[in-house]
Amino acid sequence: MAARRLELMLCTGTGCVAGGSYRIKRALEEEIARHGLQEEISLVPTGCNGFCGQGPLLVVMPERIFYGWLKTEDIPFLVEEHFLKGRPVKKLMFTPPERREPIPLLSDIPFFKKQMLIVLRNKGIIDPEKIDDYIARDGYTALEKVLTSMTPEEVIEEIIRSGLRGRGGAGFPTGIKWKVCRNEPKTPKYVICNCDEGDPGAYMDRSVFESDPHSVIEGQTIAAYAIGASHGYIYVRTEYPLAIKRMQKAIEQAREYGLLGENILGTGFSFDLEIREGSGAFVCGEETSLIHSIEGKSPEPRQRPPFPAQVGIWGCPTVINNVETLATVPVIINRGAEWFSKIGTETSKGTKIFSLVGKINNTGLIEVPMGITLREIIYEIGGGIPGNRKFKAVQTGGPSGGCIPASLIDLPIDYESLTQAGSMMGSGGMIVMDEDTCMVDVAKFFIQFTNDESCGKCTVCRDGSAALLEVLTRITDGEGREGDIEFLEELAWAIKDASMCGLGTTLPNPVLTTIRYFRDEYEAHIRERRCPAKVCKNLIAYWIDPQLCQACLICKRECPAEAIYGEKHTVHVIDQSRCTKCGTCLDVCPPRFGAVKKLSGEPIPPVERGMRVERKKKTATPTQEQLSA
Amino acid sequence: MARLTLDELRRKRAEAQKSIYLREGEFRGKIIVHMGTCGIAAGARAIVSAFLEELEKSGVKDIMITTSGCAGLCSKEPMATVEMLNSPPVRYVELTPEKAREIFQAHIIGGTAVAEYALGIGSERGG
Ligand SMILES: Cc1cc2nc3c(=O)[nH]c(=O)nc-3n(C[C@H](O)[C@H](O)[C@H](O)COP(=O)(O)O)c2cc1C
Ligand code: SF4
Ligand code: SF4
Ligand code: SF4
Ligand code: FES
Ligand code: FES
Repeated sequence: MAARRLELMLCTGTGCVAGGSYRIKRALEEEIARHGLQEEISLVPTGCNGFCGQGPLLVVMPERIFYGWLKTEDIPFLVEEHFLKGRPVKKLMFTPPERREPIPLLSDIPFFKKQMLIVLRNKGIIDPEKIDDYIARDGYTALEKVLTSMTPEEVIEEIIRSGLRGRGGAGFPTGIKWKVCRNEPKTPKYVICNCDEGDPGAYMDRSVFESDPHSVIEGQTIAAYAIGASHGYIYVRTEYPLAIKRMQKAIEQAREYGLLGENILGTGFSFDLEIREGSGAFVCGEETSLIHSIEGKSPEPRQRPPFPAQVGIWGCPTVINNVETLATVPVIINRGAEWFSKIGTETSKGTKIFSLVGKINNTGLIEVPMGITLREIIYEIGGGIPGNRKFKAVQTGGPSGGCIPASLIDLPIDYESLTQAGSMMGSGGMIVMDEDTCMVDVAKFFIQFTNDESCGKCTVCRDGSAALLEVLTRITDGEGREGDIEFLEELAWAIKDASMCGLGTTLPNPVLTTIRYFRDEYEAHIRERRCPAKVCKNLIAYWIDPQLCQACLICKRECPAEAIYGEKHTVHVIDQSRCTKCGTCLDVCPPRFGAVKKLSGEPIPPVERGMRVERKKKTATPTQEQLSA
Repeated sequence: MARLTLDELRRKRAEAQKSIYLREGEFRGKIIVHMGTCGIAAGARAIVSAFLEELEKSGVKDIMITTSGCAGLCSKEPMATVEMLNSPPVRYVELTPEKAREIFQAHIIGGTAVAEYALGIGSERGG
């Protein structure tokens, strides 16, 4: 390709595509052609850049200028100003909420600054559909190295020494797993990549498939060489069409180049891969259930041991690794176990990808070294909580992880510290909650999910989760009883003890951690019929403060239940018996009046109907700023 | 495309690296072509193309070619500023594609500014 002066790295990950990045792509192509710039500028579609909250987004190389929230209307101006005349367009750059001046360069944006990219080393830099882009970024050099200069035992030794642990949840040492499998006498052997990713809200594995599929293929091929497998499967959920398409294409390209198939690179080693699509149930991600699913059986877990590394698919020794685990492998081979083991903490080496969502300013995918604190993640990378509200807790580890309270904000994140706090690493979901979140309600939400997803094989998991749900529902409905908390705790431990698979043994975590850290909220619900966060509908009431209401009629007009009485000049009153607690009145009452209040656990002060409003002293008309405050 | 041998893969890698160097981020210098309205009218686009062609021919990978707005000297357009690491920027004026090629060879490859075409050395901030 001829020399270019600019490369436009346009994100075409699932998030940005949903936001219209293909429309942006067409608009860019048209405008570039209109100015006759196609010889000087190339447009490169990339996978997820990570800062999905800003999508659709574009990074302009070589200077790395970052543009977000692009709209097709912006494109003609952007092309003429920046790409032709060289004047970067400020209004399309990222401006953090508390600042006025935009930050032009990607490398200066705090969201990216504290990150460390190993798994996501190529995100936003390569076109995932071009194997040459991956190869140019030292892709397949690790495979070369392994096939030409290392024995399988040396590869396994290197991975053991690196300290790499599985990123799919349990954190089992990867090298040890490979060694167990290699040492099994039975053949053939298999290696499976687990891209089931059933946690709601998590999408790191999808993102790796979409932005850098060859990194997984390379890692999986190295795993196959290490254990002595000649066939592998990639298990991915059907709901990930773009990820599947890109992976399929990558596999075909790798075959064409002789990086998969018979006699890879002429070294005599043979290995091939096929994709299997999963039905999408949460439990399918559990390794024994996943194996059943590929075998065409019903996806129910089975007792372990024997572990899949001993008895896996078709009864043969099988290594199952997570996407992130496999994508890390080539980098360890290239840079060495020594280098890798210097990153992270004593027990947890390397980096981990988290999906940062919930009540946080910067949402997206981040890759950070193990041992980073929650504070760094939430306040530096995440940019804090919107509206300067108070940070309350973060749920880590997916639906069966736990809630870590604000008091542990300086906790360094690794496998052990999360487990000690009652949660877990899981696949890396992080849901941030602010002061307006009711922790009993949160526990109920997750138990609802795991109860739905229980495969039903174990009584304690199936019926126990249903019983947890029933009690939590009662508490949030305002019908909690003395003894409920103790019952929840006891049942939770019983479920943990007697369940067969990881789903059952971890599902009580949200209940146990919320009781451990937010017991007072449970007690308030049960004893005072009060929801401290004012979330649980049965425990709250909407009330109009007669001192503040200015009879503007807005709430009355908007109330869908016609529960508000009032007319010109008279204080508006909510008829509690008709109110459905939809919250509309609170949302629509102009902030300069702020007359609608939420109450919980206190009597509703009676207000006479027909009271004249107390006119506020005439002040100057409010400024635009006050109106939108 | 036939299946590759080790050597072929390595050659392919070297080839592929040429097409992604703009994304790698390590640059020794920058050529900034001024693209104000009058710059474009005076032929700045042809200057960009000339520099790009030279870059391509030379195989040099650590030089970026960018554009910038009006430089406030319409009478001397087309203009370009060459900024090399650790040396003061040099602004070249009244360029033609031929002069651009000469500057590329002498200044970027050879390391010596072409005083004859330069407006002044030092005192400038690019862009
Ligand atoms: C209910 C349940 C769901 C799971 N879902 C996933 C998943 O979506 N992806 C994954 O990699 N591992 C998942 N796991 C963990 C796998 O069983 C297995 O430990 C993992 O894939 C091993 O790979 P690793 O050692 O690289 O982490 C799940 C486990 C349980 C109990
Ligand atoms: S613990 Fe739950 S999900 Fe796991 S096998 Fe038992 S019933 Fe099924
Ligand atoms: S909460 Fe909803 S239903 Fe109740 S008074 Fe307000 S708007 Fe009407
Ligand atoms: S919107 Fe607020 S101020 Fe207006 S009538 Fe309703 S309660 Fe009163
Ligand atoms: S999908 Fe574009 S940044 Fe994530
Ligand atoms: S537009 Fe060329 S110097 Fe101003």
